[in-house]
Amino acid sequence: MIPAAFEYYRPQDMAGVLAILEEHGDDARVMAGGHSLIPMMKLRMAEVPHLIDLQDVGGMSGIEVGTDSIRIGAMVTQSDIIDDASLAAAAPILREAALQIADPQVRYMGTVGGNVANGDPGNDMPGLMQCLDARFTLVGADGERDVPARDFYEAAYMTAREDEEVLTAVTIPLPKGGYAYEKQKRKIGDYATAAAAVQITKEGDVCASAAIAMTNLSDTPVYSEAAGAALVGTALDDAALTAAAAAMLNDIDPTEDNRGPIAFKKHVAGVILRRAILRAWSRA
Amino acid sequence: MPDKMHIKLNVNGKDEEFLAEPRELLIYTLRERLNITGPHIGCETSHCGACTVTIDGKSVKSCTMFAAQASGKSVTTIEGIGGPDDLHPLQEAFKEHHGLQCGYCTPGMITRATKLLEENPNPTEEDIRFGMAGNICRCTGYQNIVKSIQAAAAEMNAAAASSSEAVGNKTVEAAE
Amino acid sequence: MKDEVENREDRVANLKGMGCSRKRVEDARFTQGKGNYVDDIKLDGMLFGDFVRSPYAHARIKSVDTAAALEVPGVLAVLTAADLEPLGLHWMPTLAGDKQMVLADGKVLFQGQEVAFVVAEDRYAAADGIELVEVEYEELPVIVDPFEALQSDVVLREDLVGEDGSLPDGAHGPRKHHNHIFTWEAGDKEPTEEVIANAEVVADESMYYHRTHPCPLETCGCVASMDKVNGKLTLWGTFQAPHAIRTVVSLISGIEEHNIRVISPDIGGGFGNKVGAYPGYVCSVVASIVTGKPVKWIEDRMDNLMTTAFARDYHMTGKISATKEGKITALQCHVTADHGGFDACADPTKFPAGFMNICTGSYDIPTAYLEVDGVYTNKAPGGVSYRCSFRVTEAVYFIERMIEVLAIELDMDAAELRRINFIKKEQFPYTAALGWEYDSGDYHTAWDKALTTVDYEGLRAEQAQRVEDFKAGKTRKLMGIGLSFFTEIVGAGPVKNCDILGLGMFDSCEIRIHPTGSAIARLGTISQGQGHATTFAQILASEIGLPADSITIEEGDTDTAPYGLGTYGSRSTPVAGAATAMAGRKIRAKAQMIAAYLLEVHDNDVEFDVDRFVVKGAPEKFKTMKEIAFAAYNQAIPGIEPGLEAVSYYDPPNMTYPFGAYVCVMDIDVDTGVPEIRRFYALDDCGTRINPMIIEGQVHGGLTEALAVALGQEIAYDDMGNVKTGTLMDFFLPTAWEVPNYETDFTVTPSPHHPIGAKGVGESPHVGGVPCFSNAVQDAFRPFGNRHTNMPHDHWRIWRTANELGLHD
Ligand SMILES: Cc1cc2nc3c(=O)[nH]c(=O)nc-3n(C[C@H](O)[C@H](O)[C@H](O)COP(=O)(O)OP(=O)(O)OC[C@H]3O[C@@H](n4cnc5c(N)ncnc54)[C@H](O)[C@@H]3O)c2cc1C
Ligand code: FES
Ligand code: FES
Repeated sequence: MIPAAFEYYRPQDMAGVLAILEEHGDDARVMAGGHSLIPMMKLRMAEVPHLIDLQDVGGMSGIEVGTDSIRIGAMVTQSDIIDDASLAAAAPILREAALQIADPQVRYMGTVGGNVANGDPGNDMPGLMQCLDARFTLVGADGERDVPARDFYEAAYMTAREDEEVLTAVTIPLPKGGYAYEKQKRKIGDYATAAAAVQITKEGDVCASAAIAMTNLSDTPVYSEAAGAALVGTALDDAALTAAAAAMLNDIDPTEDNRGPIAFKKHVAGVILRRAILRAWSRA
Repeated sequence: MPDKMHIKLNVNGKDEEFLAEPRELLIYTLRERLNITGPHIGCETSHCGACTVTIDGKSVKSCTMFAAQASGKSVTTIEGIGGPDDLHPLQEAFKEHHGLQCGYCTPGMITRATKLLEENPNPTEEDIRFGMAGNICRCTGYQNIVKSIQAAAAEMNAAAASSSEAVGNKTVEAAE
Repeated sequence: MKDEVENREDRVANLKGMGCSRKRVEDARFTQGKGNYVDDIKLDGMLFGDFVRSPYAHARIKSVDTAAALEVPGVLAVLTAADLEPLGLHWMPTLAGDKQMVLADGKVLFQGQEVAFVVAEDRYAAADGIELVEVEYEELPVIVDPFEALQSDVVLREDLVGEDGSLPDGAHGPRKHHNHIFTWEAGDKEPTEEVIANAEVVADESMYYHRTHPCPLETCGCVASMDKVNGKLTLWGTFQAPHAIRTVVSLISGIEEHNIRVISPDIGGGFGNKVGAYPGYVCSVVASIVTGKPVKWIEDRMDNLMTTAFARDYHMTGKISATKEGKITALQCHVTADHGGFDACADPTKFPAGFMNICTGSYDIPTAYLEVDGVYTNKAPGGVSYRCSFRVTEAVYFIERMIEVLAIELDMDAAELRRINFIKKEQFPYTAALGWEYDSGDYHTAWDKALTTVDYEGLRAEQAQRVEDFKAGKTRKLMGIGLSFFTEIVGAGPVKNCDILGLGMFDSCEIRIHPTGSAIARLGTISQGQGHATTFAQILASEIGLPADSITIEEGDTDTAPYGLGTYGSRSTPVAGAATAMAGRKIRAKAQMIAAYLLEVHDNDVEFDVDRFVVKGAPEKFKTMKEIAFAAYNQAIPGIEPGLEAVSYYDPPNMTYPFGAYVCVMDIDVDTGVPEIRRFYALDDCGTRINPMIIEGQVHGGLTEALAVALGQEIAYDDMGNVKTGTLMDFFLPTAWEVPNYETDFTVTPSPHHPIGAKGVGESPHVGGVPCFSNAVQDAFRPFGNRHTNMPHDHWRIWRTANELGLHD
């Protein structure tokens, strides 16, 4: 498993990155942790004649917890997320999800930016970011722009990011209420059979708001507005849970693979979502 | 063909400089260029952990990193963890508690375990199983690997306690 | 000379002989990263070879164009079948008496098949060269189902059909269809059918034991180095049977055997994967001869899973009959065995379905009949013993499922059904209906110990309560109690009925005692993690009275080691272990004469005691083995040749029959299909226990491989013959997180015919573990009407069982 030959660059700043992207267009690609990209290159499923390593570009590895939002640099790794105490206090769902990604070695390398920019429906961060209503900051030759996570994913490996843009940060409104990231997988190191990200707020005994997103159940992550809406105003009784699950099932479109046939995936999606909602509720 | 790159690594405390194709994977640099054959290849798809090394304090699967990416960094392999005259407690413990059979996973296991014990000097069995889940062993069924790591942790903690006592005594002496 | 240790107990301990948990001598190098595996070998000027492989499962090859590949800087040669044909090496014999293409000769029969071999200065150039070899394929209809193969007009192996359309006999007799390989029978057909037809109770079931793969952590590979000056070929490789490889290489290459040296360095696990001969070995040898340089070939993990050595793939149909009280009266089994494109099963020649005829298991079954049909399909060849002895895993799975199904039919407890049918202690040696003579066993004792330890009745009561709770809507988790009782058949084997390619399956040991009382012993086997260097030294220590720490064990170099058939099928301890003991006894016999001479008494007046010979009745008069060794080399003893050496070639009189009783307790989430192993108890009886620590380690490892196979590990194909499970993402190898702690236990029933009573244990836990895990899953659903569901029990298939039983309504 040897990748095809390529030219390697390690620019020291964003201008350097953008210049190379500009010059080589489609033939150039940025690399963060490389733990999605390198396996694809080794299997010769991705051909990257010009590989731009982002590791020396500053300003992308900070985690800033503000009063109403959190900013996570694109180069923050999954293990950084797990280790950051202020982040764990402000948005514990991130830690809960990060711990369910791959294994310790991969988490040391895999970055938030790479995970959300990759566009692989199996990645866990995209659904999570949709649940949290994150915004992705993209930088290109024409400057900076923000795209909501909920609008970012178009199809497998197709996102709103232009080839010449770099994702620099993820900004999340400070999450409120209870949370859960529930994932079923075959073993450590596997992507989700089904996963659900849930963030819920409570007023009295009633659900005030609910955000729900699902992973690996369509060719993109699925933010199910209808599923969240089915919970709002209820006391999360069985009828509400059933309605939410039904709404979610309307929004997903899983395909058959080694993890199982469609009927199974839909069933598990429903079960996982119920569990996630109940766990989030218990923490709200 | 792209130009060869100038790459600088510090491997097990020794500086290495060489020219290599950018696509050279770190595992091949170590094994074939530097003749450091402790890290092994078990899957090449970052699932098995046989190629695990420590790079600037992180456990990394060296089959999924280009040597170019590691340029400028420090790499520690099993060879840098302990040798005949200075065995690491983990190396002792794996031997003592039958934590290996064919030995193919062992360098990666022990290398990962050194880091695990740094992250968490008092791991529970569950912590060990979770923290070692990036390393596959086909022979042992893991039970004795867990036992070995627990034993090494105990040993290292005891050694740390007695050395801090010793240091403590010294300060007392100095104060006197 | 005054001995330092006088106390007898201390002297015994000092030897670190049989029965003690001696720490492994191998571990120092492995823990320091100083193992020497084949891919660690680096020779001057060494080249790398790698394959162009077929993306199609069945296709005609119209052309192979190597020109562009040869343009790649660093690529030196590209071998195709056309290049090998003049040497007669484009095909090679398989272990099963078939032949296999080394490089695609006109067509390919499975995805990943070797089409061309690119030889280059480094692995990068080889990889680039592979990309540029242009192969034109014409796709042919693909058959991945053996039942379809037996009906189809599509001829997979045109080379095995006469020009007039006739079907010449195969290596195992007449063939029924052009995609049929052999029919193999054991037992008595008519009597069995008759008993079943007239039986009070009959249970029948069909089951598929899916295709899987041994997948050791190190893949297969070799380095071939032809020294043209001296005419010597050296071949390092991951060989579980180095001598057999030497003989095969000699037979197919024409190089005389004394000019071939085969070396198995450290091996990173084998589990059956490394028994066979693969195209990579042949191509490396040829490439080395052609280029005059050493050539290395190491398969990657995808190559490994897709092409070298699958295991299992048995479609089994059974009938079992019994009296109303549950006494089994007959067993019938038919197997359709999917062997893939070539028959490369690693079985003894006379056993094309291995020891499948041990499928009457641990039970006293008076009448039985087995029939196996081997079939060609468009899948990879192999059929190796994955951590078991020749198809025993399939046999044990079959009978342990049939017992469960019969228990359902009889509405009886499956533990009790086993108990009333076990072969009784006093029946041994016991000749089974399908021909094997079981040497020894005490099944009832083992079973009772197991059931008592796990509180079997308590578990059943808990399970009944769980079913109630489930029905009442209080829980969504079911509880399964998996039982298995297995009898392994290992130690192939007696030369009278076991050979591979005509090579008798004896094994050997050669011992040299050094003058100062240390020793080296060389064996025909090869360790792949079993710890031979440790345990064989222990056997010898006990036999010859020198400390195990003073004995070096060497294996795997055909220039130095005596001929042997290698390590697989748990044969090392039963066969080479016996050879070791026998060679040790020859040493001891000579030592006795020397001792008697030195003590100035008659030979018969001295006796062996731990580490010395003592004068009978006068224990203060003795000579230690150390002293005797010294004398053997330094004192002229009338009538005795100098030196102290021995060789033994051991042809076992029978196989050995380890057995065990396993219990697994599992909780199953009905809604997600996720199983959780709460408890696993394994009692093994492997006869005399040489090193309890190593036995326990083997049990942990074997059970973990059993868990994997039962709960998810498979080589799956789609209808086009594409392998769907080619990486470790999809091919299930559990991590520490998915694996439980195991409780181990034992009884000891020594083998009566083995010199030290040992039976071999490396594979028992896999053989017994698979049905135990599977039975646990199936048992959980038994109260809801489940009879049998096929493995692997991965999440979705468990979910499907629940779904089909209406548990999601
Ligand atoms: C064994 C294994 C198991 C895994 N299991 C999981 C899992 O369960 N869940 C999960 O979510 N992930 C999993 N992963 C993937 C892992 O989390 C990856 O690390 C992650 O998806 C990508 O992060 P990276 O930094 O490695 O990105 P890279 O591999 O470097 O890049 C991935 C893609 O994103 C692009 N990219 C990277 N950074 C940027 C940026 N800043 N701006 C624009 N484009 C960018 C790259 O060009 C590339 O196309 C697994 C990986 C492995 C090897
Ligand atoms: S070889 Fe690197 S993880 Fe398996
Ligand atoms: S000891 Fe063989 S793979 Fe772990």
